[in-house]
Amino acid sequence: MSERVPIRVVVNGELHESEVEPRRLLVHLLRDDIGLTGTHVGCDTSNCGACTIHLDGEAVKSCTVLAVQADGAEVTTVEGLARNGQLHPMQEAFWEHHGLQCGYCTPGMIMAGVDLLKRNSDPSEEDVRHALEGNLCRCTGYHNIVKAIQSAAHAGQGAEVPA
Amino acid sequence: MSVSQPPETRGNGWVGQAIRRKEDPPLIKGQGNYVDDMTLPGMLHAVIVRSPEAHATITSIDKAGAEEHPTVVAVLTGEDLAAELAGPIPMVWAPPGVEIKTPEHWPLARGEVKHVGQAVAVVVGTDRYAVADAAEEVIVEYESLPAVVDPERALEDGSPFVWDDFCTNQTHEWAIAGGDAEGALRDAEVVVERRIVNHRTAGAPIEPRSSIGDPRGDGATLYSSTQIPHIARFVLSGMLGMAEDKIRVVAPDVGGGFGAKLQVYGEEALVLAVARRLGRPVKWTETRSEHMTTSHHGRDQIAHVTLGADREGKITAWKVRHVCDLGAYFQILTPFIPELGFPVAGGCYAIPNIKLEFVGVFTNKFATDAVRGAGRPEQTHMVEVMMDQLAAEVGIDPVELRRRNFIAKEQFPYETPLGIVYDSGDYHGSLDKLLEHVDMDAFRREQAELRERGVYRGIGLSTYVEVCGLAPSRAVGPQGVGLQAAFWESAVVRVHPAGSATVYTGTSPHGQGHDTGFAQIAADRLGLDPANVEVLHGDTDQGPMGWGTYGSRSLAVGGESVGRAALKVQEKAKRICAAMLEAAPEDIELADGKFQVRGSPDKAMTMVEIAGAAHIPPQELPTDIEPGLEETSFYDPENFVFPFGAHACVVDVDAETGKVEVVRWVAVDDCGPAINPMLIDGQVHGGVTHGIGQALYEQIVYDDEGQLVTGSFVDYALPTASEVPMFETDRTETPSPVNQLGVKGVGEAGTIAASPAVVNAVTDALKPLGIAYMNMPLTPMRVWQAIEEARGRGGGGPARTEQGRDVGEHGTGAAGSGPTSPGEGGAL
Repeated sequence: MSERVPIRVVVNGELHESEVEPRRLLVHLLRDDIGLTGTHVGCDTSNCGACTIHLDGEAVKSCTVLAVQADGAEVTTVEGLARNGQLHPMQEAFWEHHGLQCGYCTPGMIMAGVDLLKRNSDPSEEDVRHALEGNLCRCTGYHNIVKAIQSAAHAGQGAEVPA
Repeated sequence: MSVSQPPETRGNGWVGQAIRRKEDPPLIKGQGNYVDDMTLPGMLHAVIVRSPEAHATITSIDKAGAEEHPTVVAVLTGEDLAAELAGPIPMVWAPPGVEIKTPEHWPLARGEVKHVGQAVAVVVGTDRYAVADAAEEVIVEYESLPAVVDPERALEDGSPFVWDDFCTNQTHEWAIAGGDAEGALRDAEVVVERRIVNHRTAGAPIEPRSSIGDPRGDGATLYSSTQIPHIARFVLSGMLGMAEDKIRVVAPDVGGGFGAKLQVYGEEALVLAVARRLGRPVKWTETRSEHMTTSHHGRDQIAHVTLGADREGKITAWKVRHVCDLGAYFQILTPFIPELGFPVAGGCYAIPNIKLEFVGVFTNKFATDAVRGAGRPEQTHMVEVMMDQLAAEVGIDPVELRRRNFIAKEQFPYETPLGIVYDSGDYHGSLDKLLEHVDMDAFRREQAELRERGVYRGIGLSTYVEVCGLAPSRAVGPQGVGLQAAFWESAVVRVHPAGSATVYTGTSPHGQGHDTGFAQIAADRLGLDPANVEVLHGDTDQGPMGWGTYGSRSLAVGGESVGRAALKVQEKAKRICAAMLEAAPEDIELADGKFQVRGSPDKAMTMVEIAGAAHIPPQELPTDIEPGLEETSFYDPENFVFPFGAHACVVDVDAETGKVEVVRWVAVDDCGPAINPMLIDGQVHGGVTHGIGQALYEQIVYDDEGQLVTGSFVDYALPTASEVPMFETDRTETPSPVNQLGVKGVGEAGTIAASPAVVNAVTDALKPLGIAYMNMPLTPMRVWQAIEEARGRGGGGPARTEQGRDVGEHGTGAAGSGPTSPGEGGAL
């Protein structure tokens, strides 16, 4: 057991201070230490993207980030998207367009979708598919996920999209 | 008693509507409850020490190093847990008159290992990182034994045995025949033979398996990512020597299954055994590498297919000998899965003579078992691929060839030569509808133009039929094909005093949308809104025994059971309503969401009012009406159901790299009347993608020593969003006469339909190069090699290749044999 390192991470707007082993993965800090289990682990090798979160505003795979690398950073997880009980437009779009079945890849897909729209407010189908190459879904065949993200893009036009 | 917010009763007509899913809000907010999300007080973490050897004797296990870790609580071997682990993992198929060599399969190895990844010891402690460290300190010494990996070589003389005691690697042979296939083949004007390999794949749900054993008094609860909680309790009671009433199994949110969780795994018994030994909850969650290594695989069959036909393309005989790689040990259904495809042998074609032989083989690999489709994709793949091979052989268009052989609409119910009765179908109808979307003449013109520019575009059809509604117990149980199980389904419909309802189903969904679809079924029969019908499942303490979710059975058996229980409630509600309104029960009808006197719509009660009267009668009810409003159904279907459809796949093949791109997919499916069309489309999208994955990308690969090469998603290629197109879906609706809902099932249809459509499309694209047939997966390497070989021959007509073990593996087509020479190919 190696020496523990103190870190301060703001997660969904709340400050969390803890001491972690330097090898501790950010996803385990979020799930096991802070209790935010919406971020999932699917593959351990950064292929599936179920663990996608936003670190200082950028989508990252939290199974491949050390908790100590998030020291001083702001993290947004899927639990942090809804505001005042209102679903984020991306969450609403996934529901409306049947963009999920088992729901396991969904938090990562939603976080990847929100990240894409920050960079490209009106993505083509090809843009969406390219942006999702790091997120695997076994249930939906991606069809309705692509539709949901494009729909969220249109819903978000002119509206402020949080996170 | 006042009801502050009476449930809305908008009435009938919920079935058929694409309402959005009741299960989604928690899942999109990150509030799902998957097993690995759960933390119980005092919970320990388990890591399993696994064999790096494919075949070896265990000579020693040294636990001392691991036990020294300060956070480790226990290190346990199979020997240590012999008292808790009372019985091996059962295999439940006992076909009458056939001996299946069945080795004992224990959750932890006892003296020897037979495949890479076999569990040897378990390390348990308080910190999951430290436990993983400690597991590295368990020193296991092995004496290597020769491994056998190739199933055909395993059957040859001189092969090492996986099990010396059996003195053979053949597990069993099972055969079924109808008509006289051998005679018809002798008389056939055309005989086409192919060696069709349906390679090993993984279920690969994105949620890895996870299980928690939680001891309580003299019993225990298992939380597990399973498709079959009730079966798991039944099986685990035997494996742990505990009465069923002492075991509760809960399947909370389950992140996909695809057959990989239609299983009772050693780890599920193990966490319960260790939890009981230590008196604390124990969680084990597999890594992705563990999933690829020791969650069961699917397919892995080599089929020697012989088809006989006349010159007009009418098929007269279908004969297949399957060599089925079953791995080293059996899981619960392992040797039965290939045979599960037999009801749809010959597909949707009127073939009078059919003969099937299945040979099971032990190899030093993990077990195969059910993966999405389970036996039916294999049968469908070979028959649909062979249709196109025959079309090339006799020079008839594949569309026309299919039409000449379809079972006609008027022939239903249609009994196949194997004694299976197809319930209903309209195969011409689904193909007609497909061709409304796909203009074949226009496609052929476009294809010809593209070929002139060096672009290889092809189209492939798949007109499939599958068998669902598993299952009529008399057909598959002990008195049928010999499964020591039954496959009816249960449902409880309970209307609460204030008028909302709870449904418990014995099925166990993991993405299919039962909470929504089953609520629609119940709502229509109860006069309620689906928003006020909660569907529960996956907890053996909440409802009666049920048989789980697999084989596209949930709607046709489980949904039907929900409908029947809801109708029983409706009947009782009518009697209560009649008593309250002083009318005859037979005069009460449910219309517009109200129970009303026929012809007097002003005399009516809502379900809310009836529920109140059932629980707290405002006036005396007839003595033959018991209080309460709850009914149970146990429904065992009379027959299977047979969904069908027609799919078309368009591909572009890059002749320089061998890369195949799916550019268009049109799917026309018929699963009977739609309960929720949105859910059907979703199942088709995912199912087709699964089939595309197998056809083009996915393959479990072991090397010659039995080491798994594809142990992660780095090596095992699931399709990404960039590998599939938007899907064009349409439906025909041919009701099944088997159940009241008329429904069939759609969870596996896309997967079953897809792989031959892809293979046929690639074959069509490469026809100008003289490539007649290739086995899956059609990876760029395989396709490129085939193109290079063909170009080396100078292109032109199909190559003649000797029938042998490599035929069809490396691109060039297997030649036709029998009375005719290989066809000229190409011409359509």
